[in-house]
Amino acid sequence: MAKLRGTGMAAVNYPTGMHLGGDPTMALVHATSSGSFVVTLSSVELGQGLKTVLAQIAAETLGVPLEAVVVDTGDTDTGPHCSGTGASRTTHRAGNAVIAAAKEARQEMLDVAAEMLEVSADDLVTDGKGNIHVKGVVEKSLPAAEVAAAGQFVYGKSISGRGIFLPPASKQDPETGESAPYSTQAHACTVVEVEVDTETGAVRVLSLKSVYEIGRQVNPELVKGQIVGGAWMGIGHALYETTAPYYPAIDHAPYDFLNYVIPGAAEMPEVQCEILEYPSETGPYGAKGVGEMVANAPIPAIVNAINNALDVCIGEIPVTPEVVLRALEEKARADGA
Amino acid sequence: MTAKILSLNVNGRDETILCDGLTTLQEVLRDQLGLLTSVKDGCTQGGCGSCSVLVDGELWLSCLAPVAALAGRAVMTLEGLKQSAGIAAIQQSFIDNSAAQCGFCTPGMILTVKALLDANPEPSHDEILEALSGNLCRCTGYLPIVEAVKDAAARLSGGADAARASEGREG
Repeated sequence: MAKLRGTGMAAVNYPTGMHLGGDPTMALVHATSSGSFVVTLSSVELGQGLKTVLAQIAAETLGVPLEAVVVDTGDTDTGPHCSGTGASRTTHRAGNAVIAAAKEARQEMLDVAAEMLEVSADDLVTDGKGNIHVKGVVEKSLPAAEVAAAGQFVYGKSISGRGIFLPPASKQDPETGESAPYSTQAHACTVVEVEVDTETGAVRVLSLKSVYEIGRQVNPELVKGQIVGGAWMGIGHALYETTAPYYPAIDHAPYDFLNYVIPGAAEMPEVQCEILEYPSETGPYGAKGVGEMVANAPIPAIVNAINNALDVCIGEIPVTPEVVLRALEEKARADGA
Repeated sequence: MTAKILSLNVNGRDETILCDGLTTLQEVLRDQLGLLTSVKDGCTQGGCGSCSVLVDGELWLSCLAPVAALAGRAVMTLEGLKQSAGIAAIQQSFIDNSAAQCGFCTPGMILTVKALLDANPEPSHDEILEALSGNLCRCTGYLPIVEAVKDAAARLSGGADAARASEGREG
């Protein structure tokens, strides 16, 4: 009996968002009388950082500081339509919708500023710090908040914009089955080292190192959060988590956190990631998005590392101690034969 | 089962509680005492740590605690600990290390860290992992939380001045 080490790798090409037809995401932007810009949509913030990412995208397009943007989302009773927060689609789809809405609102804002400054709107620029000024003439400047208020109270203009992102439906070629159901692909590769205890069948992940190519990172700290969290989810799927019992009776299925085992803090290995940014042509500011893919490559990489360590060919997940011990028994039988 | 009236100190206030023998502290805090919702209901069987509270300074799982056994004791939830020593530094460490995503486990995590650092101001890496072993997190992969604990320990052991300075730091 021994503790054997192995190395495994796996790669993923991940299409962010799918457009099989009719799955738009919409966004509305409007200036309030306090000078903030509200982005309204129905995509759901669940901790992944959607509100931060979309506020950044809106601020960039409007040309106002991040603090001036409020994202109001998640209420599908009142918000404009979103086809769903899933398939890693939100940065790409909602991001594009927000850009479209913010562009329209920005134009309206510059039109009001143009009237106030008695210049052409085409000659106006934003400084990203909350001011609008004439190109090359910083002194001829107005705070965006003042323009927003004047739009409503003096000029009778609603500084607002509408945005929708609906890519053309992908039709399948009846002859070849070929279709183009996605707008962009992100890529990743993960290398994992494991140690397998051949007496107990327990697997320990020692390190998990990845390279991600996800287009432009809108927010590197959130990207890192997704990748480390995804590494953990991958370990859970590869080694622990299943709702299906191995035994005939459904009574053996796990039903709570005490027997549906997920990895804890002590099961986390060293996690490293490198990011490559090849901007997407269709993505908002070149972003592709990083979502589900973070749990994709770790799973086969871990299984490959176990197979490498034991010289077996396990093809199922999770690789519980029982699966490891059965594979070792089978190998011993085969070797003996 | 006979209903029972008992008094309990919650977040510094004496409260009168109506309970029976099976009423849990979690039910009282979430439902009877006006929405102390930092006390989460993750599994109701002691498996996730999200309902953690401090009872006389000790970490308890409120979902497993029959409130009838707690007469006269002092219970603190995260709401009540807002002003207490070290909490702001722990919270700031969680923010600075991106140690929260959906946030559901965060109140329980912060109370677990508070109890750990009160008892052991300079925990080792393994002691941190052991302290966190009863708290599940589904988003972060734990590494940022472990970093946050080390960061909080450093801020707090650096003395009150260092803690105040780090608490005042802009995020």
